[in-house]
Amino acid sequence: MSDISQPLPVIELYGADIVALRETTLRVLENVDWTVRAGEFWVVAGLSHSGKSDLLLHAAGLMVPVKGSGCVLGCDLREFGRSESAGRLRLGMVFADGKLFNQLTIAENVALPLRYHTNQTDEECAEAVARLLDGMELSPFANLTPANVPADWRLRAALARALVLRPELLLLDHPLGGVSTRHRDWLRNFLDQLWRGHALLGGQPMTIVATTEELRDWRHPQRQFAVLSEGRFMPLGAWDAEKFAQNPAAKELLSAPAETSY
Amino acid sequence: MPKSYTDRLGRKIFLALMTVQGLGAFALITLAVILKKTQVARRVVQPRVRQEISRSGSAMMPLFFFVALALGFVVVGQTVSALARVGQMDYLGSTMVIVIVRELGPLLTAMLVLARVGTANVIELGTARALGEVEALEALGIDPVHYLIVPRVIGMSLGIFSLTVYLILMSLASGWVFAFLQGASLTPGDYLKQIAEALNSLDFVLLALKTVMFGFFIAIVTCYHGLAQPLRLEDVSQVAVRAVTQGVMVCVLIDALFIVLYVLT
Repeated sequence: MSDISQPLPVIELYGADIVALRETTLRVLENVDWTVRAGEFWVVAGLSHSGKSDLLLHAAGLMVPVKGSGCVLGCDLREFGRSESAGRLRLGMVFADGKLFNQLTIAENVALPLRYHTNQTDEECAEAVARLLDGMELSPFANLTPANVPADWRLRAALARALVLRPELLLLDHPLGGVSTRHRDWLRNFLDQLWRGHALLGGQPMTIVATTEELRDWRHPQRQFAVLSEGRFMPLGAWDAEKFAQNPAAKELLSAPAETSY
Repeated sequence: MPKSYTDRLGRKIFLALMTVQGLGAFALITLAVILKKTQVARRVVQPRVRQEISRSGSAMMPLFFFVALALGFVVVGQTVSALARVGQMDYLGSTMVIVIVRELGPLLTAMLVLARVGTANVIELGTARALGEVEALEALGIDPVHYLIVPRVIGMSLGIFSLTVYLILMSLASGWVFAFLQGASLTPGDYLKQIAEALNSLDFVLLALKTVMFGFFIAIVTCYHGLAQPLRLEDVSQVAVRAVTQGVMVCVLIDALFIVLYVLT
């Protein structure tokens, strides 16, 4: 029987086999059991090609496990994956390299979900986008296409696009990868504010899942950690350096030199 | 026949059938989305439809002006000299209708649009697919078929129809100029009368149907190859070649179907 005092689960995977996006016959993770509850901040760590991105795509309902089952925001993954699903708008996703639409400007990229899904007038959309871009220091790039914007700022623009519909659940694929120290610090701070409830988005706390190759970059007593290694998903719980050091996969990720100090 | 040849032939046939099945499913999905989502996100999709109509239509008018002149000169030049030799200039109009209105006009337009816009479609969509933009659209709850395919299908169907009408009119006009330059004793009035007598209402209906089908299927074939399966960037050029080849085959098949229809009616 579930504990009613606990927040509701927003991501649930039961015995799920995760396949690779580019090679759907390749199982990158097997038998994943994972529950993310509302208000949690999860960090999923793994080396390159360990299946982090594929796990996030499954958790976002963009792919369906070949074995096992799962729910996102209370909706079965198979249903949630349909673009018509209303639940999809409650989830924001930031891909590893942003994946902005190259033919649109930064402002148009951010405005696209608003213009597509809401009945707000063009003026209201423009106002909401301008406020968000301003709050994320992106205003100088608003009228530039992604190709003319530095990579660090493109990632920030992708985050703005994911946030424009004010999702409850935010998934970020390797957000600190290849990002300069200044942007890493800004992003960690901004995500922390989002998790607690950012004024820019109405102060509503957000559930966050981020993937990384650097465990130490994310250490925080209130975050939940998991590692991926050799096709397995291993939840580690809250940050505990001594306990993590006893897990070979976590130890490997901890021993890698951090790109920045925290 | 050695077993390796039969195996290879069997594999080719199987792959061809799989492609036909995939194209058919993709065409049905696209049709369903067109019908189901006419009122969804119009302010996002409509400008994209206009952009595609421009790309597959008005942007190609200068090229088609040149092609129409050449077509009129070539077809009428040959026809006038051939008909003048046998003293049958009264057949000029009906020959023009059969050659230009029914056959060359629509087919040539379809081939040119396939070469210029269809190739661009595969490359754009294949690149978007390879760069993960399709997953990004899905993550935003935007149906990629609605956002990327529907504008292209509508734009190309209307574009090919409009360009064909333009090409036919320009070719018939340039044809008369060339006949005049060759000294044919044919007034513009007689020429138009011959053409009007050779045309019937079914020609207009079938022309519209045929050009819209060309546009629909060229868009489907090129979009299917660009979008419907996971791609890597290095695969895009190969997929573009395959899409254009299949596009040509589809156009020829549609043309053959309409020849049968013309014969039956």
